[in-house]
Amino acid sequence: MLPEIALITMSLAFFAATLAKTGHDLLERGALVLALGVLAASLATYGTSGLFFFKAYKIDAFSQTFKILIALGLFLILWMGAGFRGVNRKFQPEYYMLLALSCLGLFVMISAVELVSIIIGLEIASYTIYVIIPLRRQPHQREPLEASIKYVFFGGSATGISLYGLSYMYGLGHSTYLADLGRVMPGLLASQPLAVIGLVMLLCALFFKLALFPMHFWMPDVFVGAAHETTCLVATLPKIGAMALLVRLVAMAGQDAPQLCLILSIIATLSMFVGNLSALNQHDIKRMLAYSSIAHAGYMMVGIVSLNQLGLSSAIYYLCGYLFMNIACFMVLYNLSPEGENLTFESLHGLYRRSPLLAAVLAVGAMGLSGIPPTIGFTGKFMIFSAALQKSYYWLVGLAVLNVCISAFYYLRLVRAAYSSVEESDGRICLSVPSAVLGMVMIAAIILSGIFPQDFFRLTLKAVLSVL
Amino acid sequence: MEQYLLFNSQDFPILSTLILMPLAGAIVCLFIRNETFLKLWGLAVTMTTMALSLPLYFLFDQTSDKYQFAELGQWIPALKLDYVVGVDGISLPLVLLTTCLMPLCILCSWSQIKARLAEFVFVLLIMESAMLGVFISLNTVLFYIFWEGMLIPMYLLIAVWGGPRRDYASIKFFLYTFVGSVFLLIALIVLYVRSGSFFIPDFMHLHYPFNIQLMNFVCCAITFAIKIPMYPFHTWLPAAHVEAPTAGSVILASVLLKMGGYGFLRFCLPIAPQASLYCAPVIIAMSLAAIVIGGYLALGQTDVKKLIAYSSVAHMGFVTLGIFLFSMQGVKGAILQMVNHGITTGALFICIGMIYERTHSRELEVNKALGILMPAYVTFLGIFSLSSFGFPGTNGFVGEFMVLAAAFSKYILVGAIAVPGAVLAAAYMLRMLQKMVWADSDGHHHDCHDGSDDHRVLSDINPREWFILAVLAIFVFWLGFKPGLVLDIMDASVRHLLIHVGG
Repeated sequence: MLPEIALITMSLAFFAATLAKTGHDLLERGALVLALGVLAASLATYGTSGLFFFKAYKIDAFSQTFKILIALGLFLILWMGAGFRGVNRKFQPEYYMLLALSCLGLFVMISAVELVSIIIGLEIASYTIYVIIPLRRQPHQREPLEASIKYVFFGGSATGISLYGLSYMYGLGHSTYLADLGRVMPGLLASQPLAVIGLVMLLCALFFKLALFPMHFWMPDVFVGAAHETTCLVATLPKIGAMALLVRLVAMAGQDAPQLCLILSIIATLSMFVGNLSALNQHDIKRMLAYSSIAHAGYMMVGIVSLNQLGLSSAIYYLCGYLFMNIACFMVLYNLSPEGENLTFESLHGLYRRSPLLAAVLAVGAMGLSGIPPTIGFTGKFMIFSAALQKSYYWLVGLAVLNVCISAFYYLRLVRAAYSSVEESDGRICLSVPSAVLGMVMIAAIILSGIFPQDFFRLTLKAVLSVL
Repeated sequence: MEQYLLFNSQDFPILSTLILMPLAGAIVCLFIRNETFLKLWGLAVTMTTMALSLPLYFLFDQTSDKYQFAELGQWIPALKLDYVVGVDGISLPLVLLTTCLMPLCILCSWSQIKARLAEFVFVLLIMESAMLGVFISLNTVLFYIFWEGMLIPMYLLIAVWGGPRRDYASIKFFLYTFVGSVFLLIALIVLYVRSGSFFIPDFMHLHYPFNIQLMNFVCCAITFAIKIPMYPFHTWLPAAHVEAPTAGSVILASVLLKMGGYGFLRFCLPIAPQASLYCAPVIIAMSLAAIVIGGYLALGQTDVKKLIAYSSVAHMGFVTLGIFLFSMQGVKGAILQMVNHGITTGALFICIGMIYERTHSRELEVNKALGILMPAYVTFLGIFSLSSFGFPGTNGFVGEFMVLAAAFSKYILVGAIAVPGAVLAAAYMLRMLQKMVWADSDGHHHDCHDGSDDHRVLSDINPREWFILAVLAIFVFWLGFKPGLVLDIMDASVRHLLIHVGG
């Protein structure tokens, strides 16, 4: 329980900070140190296992792996957001407190093995993020408020549908504990259509967080409306939590669930197409990244659909890579916008001259997202497609591959914009040492974890084995 | 697995060093500031790589069809994926072609690239690494990683240092090749799922049902047809060649195109023999289309680089024709044609680069009547043009002759259609030569001492350019008179391949 305690400590610390008047630097460094503490706690408790709170809260390799991922993501996002330029300085302590609480909610969501507790964790994670989305540098602007309203309403209805699905599951399975449901689920899925519908509805909240079709409509507006750090947060951490839950719930279905897999494949395909085709036309970079995010959720779903060990673990591996690549891209956006404003492709022109490191980071991130070797994006896609082909999903993989081709176009546009020359460009961007180090770490992470995926993969395999 | 590999006796990982050395050199050159030192460093790295690859030629066992100088290492045990590299008779000539051409690429960019030289040398060295990796990897995932790994450096090469329309050309190149590669990925994954292994020689010895073979052949063929490029998929090549810098054009023409042919020999023929036999008429028809239509397209060009680009399409048509005739003469002729085309077309692009540096135009109308002004240059231009259309005595002759002979011995009609293609090659090459060297269109000859209206001051080639062109010319004649140098190496491997295909 150490990571959770560390997170509670972090949120209490920042709660105290909201009441006091602390300097920005102290808050920032405090946040980084505490996040590092959470990460250390998660790493330290990796091998432990146990059941708490009337068997509703399970700690095993699966949950701890995801906690490490989330803690790592939190740390990287706080590192990336050094300087705290995008969000209103007045609310800085509240921001950190709500971030910590959100992560706490995600931890609860991941570790809970009882449906109601899962929903509680989900809600804790969601409500906190609802609040930080409108907190942007210039208050009273239309876009952040619009983004947060969309997120709230969509999130609320998604959770509502989930609760409805939960009621079906409870009605059919006679228990809210996942262990009990897991025993009866394969049989139910085969015999009762209501079980399939119930499970899919239950998963709707997760589709919302992952931004899969048809719950993806919020993503572009939220990405554009929120500050860069918040967007990065929304793009990565809830997805990790939702993926954990998705794997846990779908793993209940056993090895073979044709109707469920059919529905999930359709969702995956439509997400990929909607995401990739919409991203082709965007001018605003964050909007483009939002649509591409929808497509990536589709690819991860392809991995999950195969329902075997390779598929589930490769989906998790891909998600981890997605975390790195996202942070790389958002880091560049964050450092390019001194006022925290939204950027278009024109703002990227001449980037290689202004800051070669940032251009390289963007290029490597874009290469990874589009799936060019030797990045982690390629290795992840390769494993996902292998898993799906093992289960003979030829059509699905064919369509996914078609989408990879489509996506290459707009990612290439990113690289091209960054490396194109412009006559009068703005001045040189001086990156602070921590940001430069982060950039290099991200490049190394994306490329090295693509070339040498063994250790990572072993981790995710072990995690999945404890669930299957 | 080991039964297909022949480990070298010296225990020195020569092939891995060949890949890693340019990579290490590339990373170092990001930190060098002095321009001259950068160029010298690039030259030094490429020459060392070349020197390292020469023992491969001399120590190669020509009687064995196994993969020599092989290295085996652990990579991803979870997927049973190993790091395996090795060369055989088919890949060795191409490896040598790559390593020997790279120093010449660096040399020919000596005065041409002014901006961002460090990144240029970096990209060139990364490309060398990736190209060598493609030819020597014996593991499909490794092959795919190197194959795709070439895309971004080549894209940057065209997009950053290219001509006026470089945006269009680089995007077209990238998207065409990327889409092709994705088909290759599907084929490789299906192979893995069916056979449980990534090791390329394993695939030769497994028998697949015909529909799997057909699917595999079609997917791989699309990829390699885009890369070679074969007739309907060739439109990216003229754009890319015209806009790329000289070194980029040389690499593109000499090595990248050969990877398509190599891919056919390494993937399509061994893994899908029955499907290859079944689809051979289609491929032969596409090759003939490339030879004839490529020739006609070249005949009508006014931009010299575009002319050579279309001539590349035609020459590679001979390569695919040779491969899909499934005879010893045909396949050996095809591989020899690949090597020869690499040398000759590389040389032609270097020549054009040299004249472009002087006149800043690639149009035939501007670069005419150079014979009086630059006699040494036009000598070399003439040599390489003769080689390009297969004049006996030059290297181009042997490859084309072998392919044509094989075509005639198998299907007379195919040979009869291919021969006009060879004649067309002579037509467009001589047309280019006539315009560039001697006269302009109305037959008016320029005389130096009558105060002619030709006020161009064009310096003849300097010693560095002499060296590049002389080396290439030596190879042209050497391989022209003694093609056995290359043909003997590939004998055992090609025989083994053809026995397997059973054509």
